[in-house]
Amino acid sequence: MQPVKIAEGVYDVGVNDWNSRNFHGYSINMGTSYNAYLVIDEKIALIDTVKKEFAAQLIENISKIIDPKKIDYIISNHTEMDHSGGLPRILHKIGENKPLFCSKMGLKNLSMHFPQNWNYQAVEDGEELSLGEKILTFIEAKMLHWPDSMFTYLKKEKILFSSDAFGQHYAGYEKFDDIIGDAIMPHAKKYFANILLLYSPLILKIIERIASLGLEINIICPDHGIIWRKDPSKIIEAYIRWSKQETKNKAVIIYDTMWHSTEIMAEAIASGINSAGVEVRPMHLRKCHRSDVMTEVVDSRAVIVGSPTLNNGLFPTVSDLLTYMKGLKPKDKIGAAFGSYGWSGESVKLINKELEAMKFEIIDPGLKIQYVPDKEGLEMCFQFGKKIGTAIIG
Amino acid sequence: MGKYVCTVCGYVYDPKEGDPDNGIKPGTKFKDLPEDWVCPVCGASKDEFEKEK
Repeated sequence: MQPVKIAEGVYDVGVNDWNSRNFHGYSINMGTSYNAYLVIDEKIALIDTVKKEFAAQLIENISKIIDPKKIDYIISNHTEMDHSGGLPRILHKIGENKPLFCSKMGLKNLSMHFPQNWNYQAVEDGEELSLGEKILTFIEAKMLHWPDSMFTYLKKEKILFSSDAFGQHYAGYEKFDDIIGDAIMPHAKKYFANILLLYSPLILKIIERIASLGLEINIICPDHGIIWRKDPSKIIEAYIRWSKQETKNKAVIIYDTMWHSTEIMAEAIASGINSAGVEVRPMHLRKCHRSDVMTEVVDSRAVIVGSPTLNNGLFPTVSDLLTYMKGLKPKDKIGAAFGSYGWSGESVKLINKELEAMKFEIIDPGLKIQYVPDKEGLEMCFQFGKKIGTAIIG
Repeated sequence: MGKYVCTVCGYVYDPKEGDPDNGIKPGTKFKDLPEDWVCPVCGASKDEFEKEK
């Protein structure tokens, strides 16, 4: 990738990872990018690095603008290895005694990844670093999404380097919101759903804090995907909406099936839900990735889960999804369970237990049907769906 | 009753509020929280907390 100029003396020198398709269990159908930012003034700073395997490309990109040895400071906004993996290589190149600025938790966490005797400099929230005319301000952003997370703000240019916040897994030469347009929003939503949803209350707080500090933002530079320069308020407003977990009149039906009986139930339930005028999306767990399911969960009012009973328990993909969803802490959902079974039929009870642990409002004890749903069974599914749809409409 | 701060994520445990989402009634002192109670924000254990200064 060629360096991308963002403002006078500010460049993205990061890399595209075109063919990555799985990001620690999150499916990324357009690859991703690891963005790193070079800020040039009397002093030169590099904000974040890239995944270890791409460090040579990072150095090559920097070299197209300046001699990398001229970098004076490294800033680590986030310890995670897709942003810190290039540190050993870059510090080796520029001199291991160069200051490495990070948050206090960054110091703790980076030291556990890189016990090298580097010149770590932990900064306070609000501390400034002058590069000459250009002034960088560090803003603590704990748990957005790791304890070490920090934002860096470039004052005069009003650029926020936001680490993983506002990012999207997307590799492309379309590096700006005005170039890619709305096509980026589903990627941003998926990123939020799978990485940030559980920290929703903290996101609202940090957005409030940035507003109270009176920081104007002209450009947001995240560590993945495109840069928001035309309308950064668009992604901030979307984050507020997603963090409030605002929902639509929509249900998602998440299921797996052995001999299609639970699937037949899922589709009859979907018809019932839709008959109440509610949008509905049935998702088969071996056809839809858990991360795509979570993206649909975010703005759904109801989450309906179906599993056959297998060996007296849940179908493994359903357990996988429930574990994943629980960790991401979706709030204020209507929930219900269903499933076909042969002889014991534990699945509905087991799903209900998980939905209760997530504090979903369980609006029906659940629907189980032995072996194959007959006409009467299908009508029960339809009515079950209609009850859910009616509850969604409220 | 003193407040305690999670050194990992900055969450503040306020005994006046308790942690009702996780079954801790308002008025519960930090020292009376069960040993398996964890930070409701980041999941850090009780020994990661410090008294608020």
